[in-house]
Amino acid sequence: MQFSRLESANAASPVRFTCNGQVVEARAGDSVATALLLAGIGSTRDTALSGEGRAPYCLMGVCFECLVEIDGVPNQQACLVPVSDGMSVRRQEGAPQVWDG
Amino acid sequence: MSETGYDIAVIGGGLVGSAVAWGLARGGARVVVLDEGDDAFRASRGNFGLVWVQGKGDGLADYAAWTRGSAEIWPDLAATLASEEGVDVGLRQPGGIEAFLTDADRDAAALEIKRMHNQGLPGRPGDGANDTKIISAEEARALEPSLGPEVIGAAFNPHDGHVNPLYLLRGLHAGMHRLGVDYRPGQGVARVARDGAGYRVVTAMGDILADKVVLAAGLGNIPLAPALGLNVPTRPDRGQILVTERLAPMLDYAHVNFRQTEEGTVMIGASSSDAGFDTSLDIDTSARLAARARRIFPALAKARIVRTWSALRIMSPDGFPIYDESETYPGVFVVTCHSGVTLAAVHALELAPEILAGQLSDRLAPFSPKRFEKLEA
Repeated sequence: MQFSRLESANAASPVRFTCNGQVVEARAGDSVATALLLAGIGSTRDTALSGEGRAPYCLMGVCFECLVEIDGVPNQQACLVPVSDGMSVRRQEGAPQVWDG
Repeated sequence: MSETGYDIAVIGGGLVGSAVAWGLARGGARVVVLDEGDDAFRASRGNFGLVWVQGKGDGLADYAAWTRGSAEIWPDLAATLASEEGVDVGLRQPGGIEAFLTDADRDAAALEIKRMHNQGLPGRPGDGANDTKIISAEEARALEPSLGPEVIGAAFNPHDGHVNPLYLLRGLHAGMHRLGVDYRPGQGVARVARDGAGYRVVTAMGDILADKVVLAAGLGNIPLAPALGLNVPTRPDRGQILVTERLAPMLDYAHVNFRQTEEGTVMIGASSSDAGFDTSLDIDTSARLAARARRIFPALAKARIVRTWSALRIMSPDGFPIYDESETYPGVFVVTCHSGVTLAAVHALELAPEILAGQLSDRLAPFSPKRFEKLEA
């Protein structure tokens, strides 16, 4: 599915961040999830159990499908975090490792 | 309107009632289960999920043996639920650890092990401290490397484990359904009265006749028991649990206050408070659980809590189960405890057949509430 921005949202100032190193152009006020969807990055994580791909779904903080790593912190709900300049987003692959044994 | 045709009415459809009902039905009984609705105090949906032996039975060696026996036949229960009911309950019994942060806690555990050893009757499997031993901090970290530097020692028991208690409840209910148990949710029992040679169980949705009755309603037994000549002095004991996000594997063992589920979440317990029937959350208790968790497993500081809840344990005055048949209402039994997961195996595979046969055996006599009369005397 191809998403496009509403005309009225184009006025906001531009914001640039990266997802797995790829530069993503967004607008102030975008959530990370909507910015990733607009950039065509559909699958934003692989699940902890089966490894299946997942994408942002409810966009309102309920479904937890849009978990990504943001600036080194895993399991962030991309739909609840506004984009900011220089932010480093990574696809989440599997469960986060809090203990490095 | 009355209905007939039941051998046994089980009051309560949580883990205790379901284990007994499933066991009765497997033995060929025609069983009806009268359960409350989703608003019931449902320890079965709020518990921690340990199959735990360590430390159980200080003061009653029969309970230590009963608990150990249940842990030993739990693999049979899990295998049967998998093969007959198609539900994998995720049983794992790697052994269990209680990590200590203070010498006082370790010394208290060491004394408990000695007491339980002395209380045990030699030659009866499962008596005494059930192989619990104190290990050093180094030994504990060799077993479970994610234990932190503040841990000064631990108790270890090779028979401990854990299971998914929600799958257990589902497996037992699937079995009840398959075996033709008449499961009736939303039918709280108002009272039980004698009717001919059997009993009439009165609910808001009609009466049910059964030859025998098993009270297995947890805290719901309290209003029903006295009129049936049963002494069931239980009270609610509130426990709170924190659950982390799913994490990569970091716990190989079961811990008395921690376990990592098959899905990766780490469950953090366990509190105990006398809050009556109030199931709300006490944030100070949650904070205390989290702070202690970070001291024992420092890596958990990086994990986020995604859920927390409280539930009410069913606590007897000495913490041990209560099993009894009424003297004045023969055929009316009570089965209650705070360890519905650990004891599910013996409830289903050993206690239920005794009820079906008509009376509790001598080995269950120590669990009679008569012991409380001795305490009061």
